[in-house]
Amino acid sequence: MQTTYHWLAGFAQSAGLLYFVGVFLGVCAYAFWPKNRARFEEAALSPLRED
Amino acid sequence: MTAKASPVRQATVGELIGMLIAAACVLPLIVIAALTENSGYAFHAMLGVVAALVGVVLIANRCFDGSVAVEPQEIGGKPNYNFGPVKFATVAAMFWGIAGFTVGLIIALQLAFPDLNFDLPWTNFGRMRPLHTSAVVFAFGGNVLISTSFYVVQRTCRARLAGVLSPWFVVLGYNLFIVIAGTGYLLGITQSKEYAEPEWYADLWLTIVWVVYLLVFLGTVMKRKEPHIYVANWFYLGFILTIAVLHIGNNVAIPVSILSPKSFGLWSGVQDAMFQWWYGHNAVGFFLTAGFLAIVYYFVPKRAERPIYSYRLSIIHFWALIFIYIWAGPHHLHYTALPDWAQTLGMTFSIMLWMPSWGGMINGIMTLSGAWDRLRTDPVLRMMVVSLAFYGMSTFEGPLMSIKAVNGLSHYTDWTIGHVHSGALGWVAYISFGAIYCLVPWLWNRKQLYSLKLVSWHFWVSTLGIVLYISAMWVSGILQGLMWRAYTSLGFLEYSFIETVAAMHPFYVIRAMGGALFLIGALIMAFNLWMTVRSESVAAMPRSDETQAPLAAAV
Ligand code: HEM
Ligand code: HEM
Repeated sequence: MQTTYHWLAGFAQSAGLLYFVGVFLGVCAYAFWPKNRARFEEAALSPLRED
Repeated sequence: MTAKASPVRQATVGELIGMLIAAACVLPLIVIAALTENSGYAFHAMLGVVAALVGVVLIANRCFDGSVAVEPQEIGGKPNYNFGPVKFATVAAMFWGIAGFTVGLIIALQLAFPDLNFDLPWTNFGRMRPLHTSAVVFAFGGNVLISTSFYVVQRTCRARLAGVLSPWFVVLGYNLFIVIAGTGYLLGITQSKEYAEPEWYADLWLTIVWVVYLLVFLGTVMKRKEPHIYVANWFYLGFILTIAVLHIGNNVAIPVSILSPKSFGLWSGVQDAMFQWWYGHNAVGFFLTAGFLAIVYYFVPKRAERPIYSYRLSIIHFWALIFIYIWAGPHHLHYTALPDWAQTLGMTFSIMLWMPSWGGMINGIMTLSGAWDRLRTDPVLRMMVVSLAFYGMSTFEGPLMSIKAVNGLSHYTDWTIGHVHSGALGWVAYISFGAIYCLVPWLWNRKQLYSLKLVSWHFWVSTLGIVLYISAMWVSGILQGLMWRAYTSLGFLEYSFIETVAAMHPFYVIRAMGGALFLIGALIMAFNLWMTVRSESVAAMPRSDETQAPLAAAV
């Protein structure tokens, strides 16, 4: 039991942490990437444009 | 009998398949109803028979009433939107909302005056309570989510809803599920898992409906004429997909027999508890939060006539929210048999949730920056902004309550009930009201609402109701928690349990008064909407032709 627990905790505290931080950084990079700026501004306006 | 003069046409393959499937259900359901020993189950089987027959008639009627086999995708270069199912779900939402608030008021009165249980099995608190929670969360909230998602996905993709019969199947099938679930509780059919009370056959039916819902939504997104998938659709998609996974995961069960409504779940003991609250918490996170955030991201910009404050923040908001929410379930099982590390994990993720939640709230409220005067002049917008404020409040309170030491005081007390209803009344119901106030004139092609003054009345009456409700629950919850843990100098418990119950009474009465005000507000709303639809003030141009020009200033 103890070993399962330690293995899980160790996994969560290393790989899990890295995974989450990595995903978060990836999302931020995508959101703030200068090249995407125009696309996002256009998308923000799209619901206001009537067809 | 030329083909042109007669509206009668041949059924399409899809219509034939639909009629065949529905018709094929009839006989087996009659057999089940005849053989089962459980009268409630027999009633549900007969309900299924009626629904199947109605289905056959409705589909067959399409061949006679002049409706074309497949509506054109576009008319004159403009998307030919499919608003029929949206209208139905909007009306259903209003109906179930009033029913659910009424049952809420009844159970609130029952807690204050237990005589109102009437000593009848069907009306006792234990059966009425799940009726309330399902009616408000799944019937009211669910219909709001289906109607707004079908509306928003069409408008933001500029494409007609995918499918011909399937959008109607989703809307009608979902409401059939609601009727089966609700009548089941009153008849004593339940698997006793909170928010997942319906038994195996209702769960199976919902699974089918939900998968079709997902396919209709995805199919529409795939047909889109816009290059980018607008953020509201991401939230809707997150909601639909996650609910599918949660619903199936928590309801894996084996029925005793096909003739019995009873089933046994596959999970047991602490695993079952963990599954149940993983489900329960994410019902809050994805049903009561992600879906309604999608409403924020479409209806608040629309009503304020300016784009969302920060589109980039909305992207971070989405991914952070869904990645964190899914881990927070164990905070419902503090100090139980669940291992300590899992409890701590749930607590940690709950505290982290504060950030994306407030990011979303700020994004919604700041959309009004530069147009704050609209809060004074437009009560619909005011309702939506206040709902965001309540969202901020309950997502601050939630992380606080998930801290083990705080939960030790709040758990099992009315504090939880206060937290629930600040989220449910203030956030979920208010954002839904705002969306419905926007939708009805759009869908029925009316210039405006019948009366903004009545919206203002609705707003103030129900806000007073919410304040009474949640402040009464906070006081009674903390009082209750402190009384339970009070010791005398000799180390005995200071109060017997019944003394703590007696102490709740005045707060239960205040809560019921708040609930009554909230219900009155909803009735005002229903009247206002009814008059809007009946009014002659047809919009000069259908809404889709309106042009709005405040955009340049807003960028
Ligand atoms: C007129 C308005 C309402 C009244 C009077 C009311 C009243 C109540 C009462 C008396 C309870 C049982 C509390 C207990 O067992 O101690 C309850 C539970 C609950 N209600 Fe409401 N309610 C109202 C509206 C709503 C709405 C609009 C929602 C959701 C959108 C909602 C969601 C819930 C939930 C989820 C629970 C279960 C809470 C838990 O188990 O912790 N209610 N309500
Ligand atoms: C950051 C967000 C949130 C967190 C961390 C959070 C946390 C919590 C905690 C710790 C509890 C008490 C569990 C217990 O002691 O049994 C709870 C209960 C509850 N919360 Fe939240 N909450 C959040 C947001 C919301 C929102 C926005 C809503 C509603 C729309 C909501 C609805 C509920 C419901 C229905 C319950 C009662 C569950 C039951 O039946 O026992 N929560 N929440």
